[in-house]
Amino acid sequence: MSKKLNQKIAFTSFRILGILVVGILFWILGFIIYNGISVISWEFLTTGPTDGMSKGGVFPAIVGTLLLVIGSMAFAFPLGVMSAIYTSEYAGNGWFVKFTRIMTNNLASIPSIVFGLFGMVLFVNKLGFGDSILAGSLTLGLLALPLVIRTTEEALKAVPNSYRTGSLALGASKLQTIRRVVLPSAFPNITTGLILSIGRVSGETAPILFTVAAYFLPKLPSSIFDQVMALPYHLYVVATSGTDIEASRPIAYGTALILIAIVLIINLMATFLRLKLEKRNKQK
Amino acid sequence: MIETKNINFHYGDFHALKNISMQMKANTVTAFIGPSGCGKSTFLRLFNRMNDLIDGTRMSGECLIEGEDIYKNSGQVDELRKKIGMVFQKPNPFPKSIFENVAYGLRVNSMGDKKFIEQRVEESLIDAALWDEVKDKLKKSAFELSGGQQQRLCIARALAVSPSILLMDEPASALDPISTSKIEELIHQLKKEYTIVIVTHNMQQAARVSDSTGFFMMGELVEFSETRKMFLNPEKEETQNYITGRFG
Amino acid sequence: MKSSKRIIEKIIEGGLKLSGATTSIIILLIIIFLFKEGSGLFQSPSVENGYALYLNSKNTVNDLDVSEIKHIFDADITNWNEVGGADQEISVFRFDDIFEIYSDEELGEHYSLLPEKIKEIINENPNIIAYLPKAFAPSNVEGVKVLPDKTISFSDFFGGKEWMPTATPSPMFGVIPLILGTLLVSFVAILIALPLGLGVAIYLSELAGETTRKFMKPTIELLAGIPSVVYGFFGLVVLVPIVQETLNLSVGETAFTGSLLLAIMALPTIITIAEDALRNTPTAMREASLALGATHWQTIYKVVIPYSASGISAAVVLGVGRAIGETMAVLMVTGNAAVMPHTLFEPIRTIPASIAAELGEAPAGGAHYQSLFLLGCILFLITMVISVTAESLSKNQPNKGV
Repeated sequence: MSKKLNQKIAFTSFRILGILVVGILFWILGFIIYNGISVISWEFLTTGPTDGMSKGGVFPAIVGTLLLVIGSMAFAFPLGVMSAIYTSEYAGNGWFVKFTRIMTNNLASIPSIVFGLFGMVLFVNKLGFGDSILAGSLTLGLLALPLVIRTTEEALKAVPNSYRTGSLALGASKLQTIRRVVLPSAFPNITTGLILSIGRVSGETAPILFTVAAYFLPKLPSSIFDQVMALPYHLYVVATSGTDIEASRPIAYGTALILIAIVLIINLMATFLRLKLEKRNKQK
Repeated sequence: MIETKNINFHYGDFHALKNISMQMKANTVTAFIGPSGCGKSTFLRLFNRMNDLIDGTRMSGECLIEGEDIYKNSGQVDELRKKIGMVFQKPNPFPKSIFENVAYGLRVNSMGDKKFIEQRVEESLIDAALWDEVKDKLKKSAFELSGGQQQRLCIARALAVSPSILLMDEPASALDPISTSKIEELIHQLKKEYTIVIVTHNMQQAARVSDSTGFFMMGELVEFSETRKMFLNPEKEETQNYITGRFG
Repeated sequence: MKSSKRIIEKIIEGGLKLSGATTSIIILLIIIFLFKEGSGLFQSPSVENGYALYLNSKNTVNDLDVSEIKHIFDADITNWNEVGGADQEISVFRFDDIFEIYSDEELGEHYSLLPEKIKEIINENPNIIAYLPKAFAPSNVEGVKVLPDKTISFSDFFGGKEWMPTATPSPMFGVIPLILGTLLVSFVAILIALPLGLGVAIYLSELAGETTRKFMKPTIELLAGIPSVVYGFFGLVVLVPIVQETLNLSVGETAFTGSLLLAIMALPTIITIAEDALRNTPTAMREASLALGATHWQTIYKVVIPYSASGISAAVVLGVGRAIGETMAVLMVTGNAAVMPHTLFEPIRTIPASIAAELGEAPAGGAHYQSLFLLGCILFLITMVISVTAESLSKNQPNKGV
C-alpha cells in the first residue's frame, strides 16, 4: 500500500502549498488594507501633501498617475491594436511575422528600468522633452505596448474563421471584414487587454523615475511638458526617504492601499468582462 | 469469466447503456460492433473502471469478473487495472524509451527486481510480435517507431503485467492494412492465454477475429451470439440491417 | 469597388504594415541608444574628466592603474615601492590643499599664480602625487610630469571587484559585485519559488476541483498584478523586521530578504505557465498509465511531468527573468551595499537597483552615467537570452506519436 501512502503524502503537501500561496496574498492585502484603511478619507484623496509629507493627502499624485495612464494608453493602444491586426490578419506565417513575434516577446521581457533608461535618453534628452508628462507617457507606453499587442492578437485569434470567410464570400474587402466583423467580435477581449495594461502602467515606478516623476510639486501640471507626481513614486519616496519616515508612514500605507485598490478594481473589471464573454459565447 | 447483469449507465442525463446482461467465457475473443455512439466503448470501459475518471456518471447493475463484483470495492481500482489490460484506439506510448514503456506497468506496481523486469519486457515484446524489430534498440524513444509498431508496443506494455483480460478499443482503426492484419494475427495468438474483448467498427474484422459478437445499438445490446451465427443467420432484423450495410 | 475607396484602403493597409514593424524598430532603437551611451564608458578617462595626476619628474613611476590610484588616495598604499617606484613615502596632494598653504592674495588675481605655486610644491617634493584640475595645473614644465590619460578598460569594468562610481580621483566601475549580487538574489529566489510554484501548478492542474480553480486563478492573477513598489513596501515594513529578528541580524535588509520577496513575485509566472504545460498533456497518455494500474500521483510524476518538462523549464526560465529584472522591490529590501556578497545574510545591490539608485546622481555624459547605461545593456542582453531560451523551450514539446 505504500504507493497509496506516497500519493496521500504528495497530494496533501500540494494542497498545503495551494493554501500557502493564497495565504500569502491575503497576508499582503490584509496587511496593507488594515494599516491603510484608517488613512483614507475624502481629505486624503483630494488634498495635496503638507508638513513635509507627513500630513495631507496624495491628490496631485492621483492626478499625475491618471494623466500618465491616459497619455501612455493614447500612445500604446492604437499602435498596439494596429500592429496586432497586421500580424494576425495580414501577414500570413512568413519570416517577418515570426521575427516580429520574437521581437514582441523580447520587448515584453525587458525590465522596466531599462525602459526608464531608454526613455530618458531618447525622450528626455535627445528629443528634448525634458522631464515631462510627454516623456513619461511615451516611456510607459513602450512598456505597455507588448501587452496590448499580445492580448489583441489573442482576441483576434479567438474570432472564428467562419466569420471572416462568410464576410469575404459576400464580397466585402479584407479591411471591411476586419472593421465590421472581426473587431466588434474581438472587442471585449481587446478591452480586457486595455484594462490589464492600465493596471500595469499605473503601478510602474522605474520607467518614470527619470522621465517625469517629481517628489513634490506645489502646483498641478498645466502642460504636457510639465513634471508630475505619481502614486508609485510617491510611495517609494515616502517609504524610503523624505524628511521623517516614521511620521510619513501612514501616508505610505494610504498610498499603497490606493495602488492595491486600483489593482483589485482592474482585475475585477477584467474578470467581469471575461465572464460576460463566456456567457455570450455559450448562447451561440 | 466475465458477466454483467442489468447494467444501466448514465452520462449525466443521457442514458448511455440500457439494461445490458451478457456473459463471456475465458480464453475467447468477443467483439462488440455497432454504429457510432451506440455505447460499445462505454461498455468496454466498465470492465476496468475507466469511466470512473469522468465526472457525473452513474451506474447500476452488476459487473462480475470471475464471480466478483468489481464495483463493490472502490479502493482497489489499481489492483483491478493490473489484472485487466487496455489498448486504446490511437497508440499512446509514453515519452520514454521502448524498454521503459513496456516496463512501466511493472515498475508502477512494484513487480519484481531488475532481472525479472528485463525478462518480462522481453517476453511481452515477443508475445506482441515486436521483439525482433526492436531488440537492438530498446533504449531508443518509442516515438521513433511507426504507427503499427507503436500499437504493438502498447499491446506489449499491457501484457507485461500479466493480466488475465485484455480490452481493446478499436485497436487497428488508426493503422494501415498491413499493420492491421498483423494485429489481428496477434489476437489469434493471444487468445490462447488471455480473454479478449475488442470493440470494432469494422465488421469484417469482427468476423475474422472473434468467437462471439455483441451487436449494440443506441445503448442496447440488440443481439449477442456466436460469431458465425451472428453473421450468417442473425436473429434480429436490426442486426441483419447493420450487417448488410443498410445503415452504418 | 470604388477606386477612391481602394486607395484609402491601400493607405490604411500600408499604415498597418508599418505598425507591424513597430516592436522591431523599438528594439533596434533601444539597442542603438543604450549601447552608444554605454560603450562611451570605454572612451572615458579613468581619472575624472578634466583632472589629471601629476608627479615629480624624478619619480620613476610612469603609470598607475585604477586600483592602485584608489588605494594610494585611500592611504592603503603608502610607499612608492609598492607600485614599482623607489622606497619613499607617498605624499598625497589634493587640489584643495593649496588653499590651506597659501592665502588668496598670495595666489594672485584670478588665481593666476596658482600653477606657479603648484609647480613649486611638486618640485620640492619628489615623492608627491598631486590630483589637480588640468586647467590650473602646470603644463609643459620641467620637473613635473603628468600621468598619461588612460581610458577605462574592459577588464576594469567586467573584471573589477569594486563598484565605487563616486570615488576620487578614479571612480571604480567593477561590475562583479553587482553581477554576483544579482545572481545570488535571483537564484535563491528561484530555489524557493520553483518547488512552491510547481507544487501549486500540480495542485491546480491535477487536483483542484472546478470551484477551487475558479477561486485560485484570480488569486494568482491578483498576486501578479501587485506593483513592484507595493511589494517593496511590504517587504520593507514586514519582511525586513521579521528576518532581522528571527535570524538575529544587525540589519534585516539582506540578500535573503530580497530572495524571499522575489520568490513571491516570481510565483505567479511559474505557476501559470507550468500549469498550462501540465494541462496540455494528452488525456490518452494519462489513461494509458492509469489503465496499467498506476495511481494518479504515479501518473503525474512518471508521465505528466516528463511530458511537460519543456513547458515547465520555460516557466522557470521566465521566472528567473522576472527575478533578475526586478528593480523597486529589490531596491527597497536588500540594503544599499554594492559590495561583493559573502553570505546570504548581508546587504547587497543588484544591477537594476544600482541603475535606479544612482542614475539621479550621475552627471549626464560623465563616466558614471555611461557606466549605468552599460549596466542597462547587460540587463538587456540577459533578458534577451532568457526570452529566446524560454521561447525555444516551449516549442520543444515531445512528439505526440501517431
